[in-house]
Parts: sequence; C-alpha cells; structure tokens
Amino acid sequence: MSRPMFDEMNASTESVRKHYQGYQRWLAQQPADVMQARRAEAEMIFRRVGITFAVYGDKDEDGSGAERLIPFDLIPRIIPAHEWASMEKGLVQRVTALNRFIHDVYHEQEIIKAGIIPSEQIFQNAQFRPEMIGVKVPGNIYSHISGIDIVRAPNAQGEGEYYVLEDNLRVPSGVSYMLEDRKMMMRLFPELFSQNRVAPVEHYPDLLLETLRAMAPPATAEPTVVVLTPGMHNSAYFEHAFLAQQMGVELVEGLDLFVKDNFVYMRTTRGPRRVDVIYRRVDDDFLDPLAFRPNSTLGCAGLLNVYRSGNVAICNAIGTGVADDKSIYPYVPKMIEFYLGEKPILKNVPTYMCRNPDDLKYTLANLKDLVVKEVHGAGGYGMLVGPASTKAEIEDFRAALLANPSGYIAQPTLSLSTCPTYVESGIAPRHIDLRPFVLSGKDVQMVPGGLTRVALKDGSLVVNSSQGGGTKDTWILESDSAPSIPSATQSQSQSQSIAVGV
Amino acid sequence: MLSRTADHLFWMSRYTERAENTARLLDVNYQTSLLPQSTADVQTGWRGLLSISELKPAYAAKYGESITAQDVMDFMVRDEKNPSSIVSCLRNARENARAVRGTLTTEVWETQNQTYLEVIRMLRHGDFERDPGKFFEWVKFRSHLSRGVTAGTMLQDEAFHFLRLGTFLERADNTARLVDVKFHAIQSDFPSVAGEEEQEHDFYHWSAILRSVSAFEVYRKVYRDVIKPERVAELLILRPDMPRSLLGCLNEVIMNLSMVTSDPQSETQRRAGKLRSDLQYARIDEILSAGLHAFLMQFLDRVNELGAHISREFLVPVTR
Repeated sequence: MSRPMFDEMNASTESVRKHYQGYQRWLAQQPADVMQARRAEAEMIFRRVGITFAVYGDKDEDGSGAERLIPFDLIPRIIPAHEWASMEKGLVQRVTALNRFIHDVYHEQEIIKAGIIPSEQIFQNAQFRPEMIGVKVPGNIYSHISGIDIVRAPNAQGEGEYYVLEDNLRVPSGVSYMLEDRKMMMRLFPELFSQNRVAPVEHYPDLLLETLRAMAPPATAEPTVVVLTPGMHNSAYFEHAFLAQQMGVELVEGLDLFVKDNFVYMRTTRGPRRVDVIYRRVDDDFLDPLAFRPNSTLGCAGLLNVYRSGNVAICNAIGTGVADDKSIYPYVPKMIEFYLGEKPILKNVPTYMCRNPDDLKYTLANLKDLVVKEVHGAGGYGMLVGPASTKAEIEDFRAALLANPSGYIAQPTLSLSTCPTYVESGIAPRHIDLRPFVLSGKDVQMVPGGLTRVALKDGSLVVNSSQGGGTKDTWILESDSAPSIPSATQSQSQSQSIAVGV
Repeated sequence: MLSRTADHLFWMSRYTERAENTARLLDVNYQTSLLPQSTADVQTGWRGLLSISELKPAYAAKYGESITAQDVMDFMVRDEKNPSSIVSCLRNARENARAVRGTLTTEVWETQNQTYLEVIRMLRHGDFERDPGKFFEWVKFRSHLSRGVTAGTMLQDEAFHFLRLGTFLERADNTARLVDVKFHAIQSDFPSVAGEEEQEHDFYHWSAILRSVSAFEVYRKVYRDVIKPERVAELLILRPDMPRSLLGCLNEVIMNLSMVTSDPQSETQRRAGKLRSDLQYARIDEILSAGLHAFLMQFLDRVNELGAHISREFLVPVTR
C-alpha cells in the first residue's frame, strides 16, 4: 500500500517549496565534508555541554551512567509566517478551552450536565483528582505550560494539513532542546541567520518566569519561584536544571522543601525561606506523600494542604492530567465550541473510541491499518502501529483490546510529513512532528515555533526521544516573501571587500 | 542558597582539589623514584604515600603486601573502586557539578564535564602509562582551569564562597599530609646532621617537596638561600603569602566563612579562627622541637572537625 507523502521542503522532485528556496540554494552549495564536520562538531559540543537525557536502567558507553545524546539534525524545519499565524491562534484557542474544561471538571461540571462528555469519562479517569474539587487556583488556570503535539499529513488534494495529535498538560518536556538546537544552529551556521528572517525563541525563559510569577499568591511582592525536579536521575533532569538556571531560580528536590504553619519553605544556608510558586516537574502521584503515594520522597509532605489554602501556587496544577488523556482528546473540538462558542481552528485526528461498540467493531476489523493507543500510554510505549506490525503483534493487541476496550483508542495511520534529514546514507526524508509550548498566565502566549522531533529510522513514525528519535531546529519565518540569498560568488566578493576595509 | 546546593558546591571543589593534590603527591614520588636509590627506599616512599592518604588497608586488600610503583599509581589514578583515586575524584566533582549545574556558570560546568570526559578517554587510550608525568601535569592544569574559570565567571555570591571554602579546606588537609609524608620519610632525627652524600640526597628530597607544591622558585625568591628543611617547613606551614601553605589556606577559609555566615556566635567561625591564630603566632623552631609529625596530625584532626562543623552549620541543617 502506498500512501501519499508530504515533504516539508520538496513539493516534487523538481521543485522546492517557496519558503525553503533560500535555504535549499544555500544547502546545495555546502560541500559534503563541511556538513559532516559540522555534524561532528555539534555532537562534540552537545556532549561537552552535557545536553543529555537519562534512560532508566541503561548504561552509557563508559558503562557508568546512563546518559544519551539526543541526535541533532542540521537541516531545519521551516514554517512560513502565515501558517504559524494560524497555528498560533489555534493553539491559544485550544489551550484556553482546555483550561476552561479543567476548571469546569473541578467546579460546576457544566459540560457533563450539558451531556457533551459522559461523566464516567471524567470520574473514572485515573488522572482525575477528587482532592481538587472546589479548589480555587490562581486565575483559574491549570495547565500553565502545555506542550501540544502537532503533525502534518497530506489531505485528499495532497496538500499538507496540520492536526493536533496529543495535548500534554502535565509536565511536558523538550523546550530546552528547542532552545539548545537554536543556539547550536546559530553557532554552526551564523550566516543562515543573517540571510533568513527567523523569528527568535530565546526569550522563552523570560515568558516562563513571567507566567510563573503571575501565579504567586496575592500580597506576595517578590514571589520566590522554584523548579521542583525528581533529581538528576530523571530523564529530563538537564531540562529542569537548564530552566532553573535560565530563569535564575532555585532548582529544588523534595527533600529541600518542608511545610510549616501551612506554608512551604526550602532549607537554605541561612535558614528556612518561603516558597511561593513551584514549577513542578514531578507527577501528581509523587507530589505529597500525605495525599498521594505514601512512600514517595520526591515531593513534600503537606504540600496539597498548603496548595488548597492558596498559600503556594503549583504549576501545572494538580489534576490537569484529566484533560490530556487520550480518551478526552476526541472531545476537545466540542469543548472549544462549548466554552468559547468558536469553531476549532486546529483539527483533531479522527479517533475511534473503543469504549463505543461501533468504534470497537470498526477498530477490530481494521487493526492492520490503524494506530491503536493505550489511553494512558506515553512516550511511544503501549501502542500498535498496524501497518508496521506483525500478525502476532496484531493478534496480541486484539486480545488486549477485547479484554479492556475502554483502555484504547484508534486512529487512522497518518502519513506524517517528512523533512530532509542527515542520516548515514546522506540526506533522506524522515517523518517529523512539532511540539509548541504554550504558556498560560495573565495571557496565553508562546515563542514562535517549538520542538521538531524527527524519527531517524527509515519509515518510522515514532519520534519520541526514548525511542531513538532526534530533533531539529524549527524556523518560523517572519515574512512570507522568499529571502534573498547571495550566490556563492557574491558572498565571496563581499567578504573580500570586508577584508580590504579592515 | 539551598543547603543541598551549597553541599554539592563545597564537595565539587573539594574533589577537584583532591584530584590535583593526589596528582602532585604521585608526581613527586614518581620523580624521586627515578633518582638512584635502593629498592627498599623506593618502597618506603610509596608505602608512606599510601599511609598518609589513609589507603593502606584498601591497597593491601587488593594487592596484598607487595608494594610496587606501578600498583600504587594504578590504584591511586585509575581504580574506580578507590574513592580517592584521581578518576573517582574527577567523577565525583562532575557529579556534584551536575547536581547543581544551574547554579554554576556554563563555563564552570563545561570545564568539569569536559575534564571528566577527557580523563576517561585518556585512561582508556593508555595516555597515563605512556607518560605519567604528563598526565599528572594535565590533572593539575585542569584543576587550575577549574579554579580560574570559577574566579573569572562566577558572581561572587554564596555559591562562589562555598566553592572557595571547599578548595581551601581540602588544600589545607592535603598540604599537611604532603609535608608529613615527606618529612617522615627522612627517618633521621630532625634537623638532620648529615654527611656530604646525604646532603646531596637531601637537596633532591627537599626540592622535590617544594616542586610538588610549585614552591621551588618561591623558596629561592623568599629565602635567597640553599634548601634547608626547616625553611621548607616554614614556607609550607607558616607563610601567609604562600598559596598552598597551611596558614594561607586557613586565611582563605576564614575569609569565605565570614561571607556565608550571619551568625556572630558561629561555632564554625570560632574554631577556624582559633586554628588560624595558632598558626599565625607559631614559630617553626617551636613546632619542630615539639615534633612536626605530632603537630601535623593534630592539625589534620582539627581541619577534619572544621569540615564537620561546616556541614552541620550550613550544608545539612535541621529544620528550624
């Protein structure tokens, strides 16, 4: 079966899309050995900087730690200004609705009363936190940092269309790679940035800090913000440390915190200091051993009580997971209409909810063409990619589905768009997705772009870093007009004239 | 600053300094072992080194009673099971840095990270065996670089002072050990009454000590004299302007302590001040006549206690 493909750069073998033309001309002039050298340089720098992620139970090549580099690809993913403008509007709309939904779930529950979402979808969800019912959170915002996964696939006309694949509202990762990839590109290819008007992303930590500070309990003049990490063995530890450093706030672990008189404090060399806002990168279950898992040392005993009293802000709020579940995802377009009275700007991937008998029947009959996902799965685990699976794998999934239909959803296998990528054999198309990071504080805002992840294996649709995926720099062009790139001879004469000038 | 952060910073710089001093110790022993002397003397040198580093039992558990230069160097350079080997120190320094990398400047973190990545590469490729002297030189310079990049890029806030505190506390300990092992090795009475041949041997011995702490040229500059043991001792113990001397280190410890504490009653400060003034008002002939070894042992105990007090007061405080 051959599916239509959509390549981000090449419209066909002969023609390059308009917004890639400048870059492509530049790329064609680069000698292969120079690009190879840049690749090696990038890897060397990433290792020295220690931009790694940890893999539980793995050993690195020293046989000691368990750190891996996330492969970085030299070819950027480029998005023209008008496409981003509409995506950005769609993201603001979607995240606003999701926040309204979470608030509604823990308060009036109007969407259930209106019969739009069945109540068991919410109350039987493992991520639903009854402890949060009726709790007033600052600005009624729950997901302060949302990572929305977007893919592009060809429609019937062969044009690329964007779809939201997943909403990550708990502790979405990857923004540090977005920032480091940009830094690396500017270090390796500064000339590309003088030739192209690439929208900057480096102010993300500033926006994040502003978002977090805005959540501080009222009457806190100078709020103390901290980043809460599970510690250096967590796979995203680099990111936690990076964000704390970039914002100039403390990176704390659970044992650094304690609760006294219904306030949270951290232990410092000059005694206890009050904490007002916690950007937590620890899952709900581990946040407070008194409220959730009693054996967890990653959180802080009594935190939930302080939170419920409004004496500390937790970002993202406890219980946001109720809205990023794969069984809630199909309802997001309806949420947008229900809460905002608007038509959704961003599309959902058509989704079969296996809890519905009709959908289950369809899914079982079409397993070899569908992607089936566990409702609570993440990180590319617990899924069946029908077209890429063996008969035995499909039969295993069939049994699992029949045993617990409501634990699964199914979607058509999208042919994710591809982008030219450096692989062993040279430049070849590889599937990509995009994760923009949407910040909700006083306003809903974001930096242009996001993290582009790329599946490095030929034909693979799984872009997760835990599954060997890589990343690319993501360029949002500031204007749609094709950038003018001086030809090789022009740029040579330019540099000569500069040399003479000196 | 978080107590845990301060703890990591303190230990990061202690381990870096310890790696440097282990390299210095090994280097001076390696260089002197190349001089013409009996096998027994060479063995005495290496045995003394193990004993002053408190590694004798661990070494014996691995190698038994036989002491060879190769085994001692292997044990103290590349043995990952020996927590004070150079490779273990560099790994621990890097792990501590990693735990607080957000507190460090990018330059400081990258220096620590790269030092570790490189030492692993060098050991794997046999660089150490090919040229031990060059390898020790490299360890020393990575430590210089670590301190330099700290001084050159970090804000001089608490983080900086805890880093400096670790450096100088560790250095005070290490210089005391180095002086002890070397003066101990001269098994004659002190000051030595030596024949011509022994005087020549002494010259190499004392100049090796001086070189091990980069003080040979300093000695000439300060004393403009031939190398005399009591002056070597004075330089390394009592000179306040000598960067690796005990008094020099204590001055730095006190200065940095005063920057991180706001408690005028601080027991840590009192102890540090008392130890410093004992050095400040001491005279080398008094120390020597009372016994240098005993003096140094007592000094090590007091530095050790000081470290424990720093931990208790700043690094792992109880909830107040």
